[in-house]
Amino acid sequence: MSDKSQVPHELKDNVAVTPWTKLFDPLSPIYNWGRKYSMWPMGFGLACCAIEMMATAAGRYDLSRFGMELMRPSPRQADLMIVSGTVTKKMMPQVVRLYNQMPEPKYVIAMGACATSGGPFKEGYTVVSGVDKFIPVDVYIPGCPPRPEALLQGFLKLFEKIEGQKISTSPWYTKKEFPAIPVPLLGPDLIDLRKVQETRNEQPEASTVPATN
Amino acid sequence: MAEKIVTAPLAQLTPEMVLLKERFGDAIQPAEYEGIVIANDRLLEVAQAIRDDLGYDYLSSLTGVDYFDKGYFETVYHAYSLARGGGPLVFKARTPRDANAAEIPSVVSIWGSAEFQEREAYDMFGIRYTGHPDLRRILTWEGFAGYPLRKDWKEAYYEQDHKPFDSRWPGGHHVPAEERVQFHDNVTVSSETFNVESFTPEAEQLLYSGIIPIPGSGNGHGLHTDSVVVNLGPQHPSTHGVFRLVVRLSGETVEDLKPVMGYLHRNHEKIGERNTFSQNMPFTDRLDYLCSMSNNFGYALAVEKLMAVKPPERTEYIRVIMAELTRVMNHLAFCGFLTNEMGAFFTPFIYAFEERELILDLFEMASGSRMMCNYFRFGGLARDISDEFVQRLRHLVFERLPQKTDEMENLITTNEIVRARAIGVAVLPRAAAISLGAAGPLLRASGVPYDVRKAEPYSIYDRFDFDLVTGTNGDVYDRYLVRIGEIRQSIRILKQALEQLPVGEIQTGKKAYQTRVPAGQAYGRVEAPKGELGFYVVSDGSPNPYRYHVRATCFINLGSLATMARGGKLADAIIGLGSIDTTMGEVDR
Repeated sequence: MSDKSQVPHELKDNVAVTPWTKLFDPLSPIYNWGRKYSMWPMGFGLACCAIEMMATAAGRYDLSRFGMELMRPSPRQADLMIVSGTVTKKMMPQVVRLYNQMPEPKYVIAMGACATSGGPFKEGYTVVSGVDKFIPVDVYIPGCPPRPEALLQGFLKLFEKIEGQKISTSPWYTKKEFPAIPVPLLGPDLIDLRKVQETRNEQPEASTVPATN
Repeated sequence: MAEKIVTAPLAQLTPEMVLLKERFGDAIQPAEYEGIVIANDRLLEVAQAIRDDLGYDYLSSLTGVDYFDKGYFETVYHAYSLARGGGPLVFKARTPRDANAAEIPSVVSIWGSAEFQEREAYDMFGIRYTGHPDLRRILTWEGFAGYPLRKDWKEAYYEQDHKPFDSRWPGGHHVPAEERVQFHDNVTVSSETFNVESFTPEAEQLLYSGIIPIPGSGNGHGLHTDSVVVNLGPQHPSTHGVFRLVVRLSGETVEDLKPVMGYLHRNHEKIGERNTFSQNMPFTDRLDYLCSMSNNFGYALAVEKLMAVKPPERTEYIRVIMAELTRVMNHLAFCGFLTNEMGAFFTPFIYAFEERELILDLFEMASGSRMMCNYFRFGGLARDISDEFVQRLRHLVFERLPQKTDEMENLITTNEIVRARAIGVAVLPRAAAISLGAAGPLLRASGVPYDVRKAEPYSIYDRFDFDLVTGTNGDVYDRYLVRIGEIRQSIRILKQALEQLPVGEIQTGKKAYQTRVPAGQAYGRVEAPKGELGFYVVSDGSPNPYRYHVRATCFINLGSLATMARGGKLADAIIGLGSIDTTMGEVDR
C-alpha cells in the first residue's frame, strides 16, 4: 500500500502511509549482502573454460571465500549459471532449457570468448555466436580461457550488480510473469522459435520447409 | 592445385604391399605419396588379409578426404601391428564424387574401431559405408543440412577458402560477421522461412530405434517386467563435459548402451582447412584442453614430417619435458576425477589440482599461458626456457612430485571403497580392446604392452630408459594402477631429460609467420596421456592444409564403453566412462 489515494477519505488525516520503497529499501543492503555471499552456481561445464572454473574452485583460488563453493547439480537449486565454454547448436536447446528451469532471481555469466561471441570457433558451422543470442547475460568475462583471477573478477562484478538491486523494484517480487524462452529446434540448422513466431504474426501462410540434405 | 595433385609421385611399395599385389592383382594399385588403393569390391577381402595374414590387427585411423578436382572421395586407413610395432600400412579406398551415391564397404566387421570413425566420415563427407551396423550422423545431428567437410560446402560465415582473409588483411576495416551474412546469424537456413508444423525431428527417433526396450525382457523371476531406456546427460556422466548416454536397463543392469556425442563439435577440421599451417597450432591446444602440450607435439610432428625438418637437440629435450609434465598432470587429475565418480566428491580432485597448479605455473613461465600454451613451432619452440624454470622443475621432479604421487597412491590404492568399486568392474578383454582400437592406458590395462613411445619412437624417446606399465585384468582398478605407474615412469623420463638437457638453439631455420609445406601426406602420432593422438595432414603445396584430420584418442576409446558397461550396473557404467578418461573437446573436436 504505497499510494495515499487508496486510503478512505475520512481517515486521510489520521493515517501516515509509508511507501514500499521507503519501507524496504533500507533493508536492501542487508538483503543483497546476504544474497551475494550465498550464490549457488550451477555445476555446469561445457568446454575448456570449465577446467579453469574447477581450478577456481580448487585450493589455490578458493571460490569459497566468496560463499559460492556449493556448485549445485540441479538448475532448480541454482541461481547463477556460468556458461563456461563453447555453446554449440546441438547444446543450445539444453542450455535454454536449463536456464528456464532456474528459479528467479537468476544470473548468467558468459565465461570466456566462446560463450561471449563464439570466440576462436566463431566461424564454425555448429557454433552459436555467443550465448546471449538466446539467454540474457549479466557479466561477460573475456579470455581464452579466462584465468581464475578473471573469473573471480567477474564474480565481483556480479556482486556489484546485485548490490544495486532493490527489494521494492526487483521484478521477481512483482506480479510480473517471466515467460520461458522458447527452446530452439534442431532442424536443418538451429531454428530460433522466437523468429519463427515473429514472421507467423506478420504473414499467416507458412512457406515451405527447406530440404533437409 | 589440381595439377599438383595429379602429378604427385606414386608411392614406393613396401614388401608387404608387393605381397598383397601379387595375391590380389589389379585390385591393388599404388597411391600417390604413400600407401595403396584397394578396389572397392575386394576391399573386405584384402582388409581381412591385412589383418590376419600380415598381422596389422589395430586400425588406428580411418578418415575421408574430398579430392574435389579429381572427382572422388577417398577413405584413408592407417593400420598398425601391435605385436611388431613400427610404422603403419596405409591403404585407401575411393568412390566417385557423386553427391548422393558415394559408397564404400564398411570394415567394421574386421576392425571394430571403424564404427565411430566411419560414422564420422559419413557425417562429414556423406560417404555411405555399406554394411555398417548403425550409420547415423555422429558429430552433427540427424537432419543437419549438408556434409560440412566437402570442399563445396560453405559455412554461414564463409568469407574465403583460405586465411588470411582479404577483409582483415592488410589493414581492412572489420565488419562483424553477423552483418556480412545472409540471415544475420550463424545459420544456413533462416528461422523465418522454417515451417514448425510440418517439421519432424528424426534424430531422436533414429537413435532410439537402435535401442528399443524389449517387452517382457526383464529378469523379473516370473513377474512380467520390461526393460527401460534411460537418458543420462547431456552433461552429468559425471561432469566430463557435455556427453550423453542412452542406456537400456533391466532393473539396474545395463543391457545396451549408446553414447551420443557432438555437443562440443567445434568444427576443428573445417576451420583447420581454412587456416594456414601455423594458425592451426593454437587450435590444437583446445582439442584435449587438459593436455595442450601433447597436442602441439603431435601436430608439430606431422607437419615436420612433411617439411622434412628436424628440430635442434635442446628443443627435443624441452618438448619431451613438456609432454611428460602434461602426462603427470593429466594422470593426477584423472585420479581426482575417477574418485569423484565413485562418490568422493571433489576432495581428491583438490589434491590433484594442487600439483596441477604448480605444473601450470611452469607452462606459463615457458609459454605465457596456463592452459592453452601454443608453445610448439614447426622445427622449434615459441621461446626458450629460463634457468629459473629449470630450477623449479628440478625441485618439482626430484622432490615434490614423487612424494605427492605416493600421497595420492596412499589415498586411493588401498582404499576399501575404491577397491570394492573398481576391481572387476567395467572389464575390457584384451581381444576386444585391440579390435575396438582402444589406445593408451586403456589398451595397456587390458594387457597389451603397446606404447607409441616404444613401438615407433618419435622425437628422442629412444634415448630414455623407461618401462611400459601394463595391467592384466583390464578393469577400472588396473586402469588406475597403469596411470599411477605411468606417472612414476614419466618422472623417471623427466629426471633423465633434466640431467641431459643440452644448451643451444631452439629453432631450426628462421622463425616465420608463414610456413612453406611441400605437397604430400603425413600421419604424425604421439603417445598423448590419453593414448595415441594422430594428425593426418594432406598438403597440396599451398600455405593451407588441404585436409587436416585429428585421430582423437578419446573419441575412439569411447567406442569400447558399450563393451565395458554391458551386463554391469548403471553406476559402474559411469565409473567405466571415468576410467576411459575422456575430454569432450577431443571427442567432438
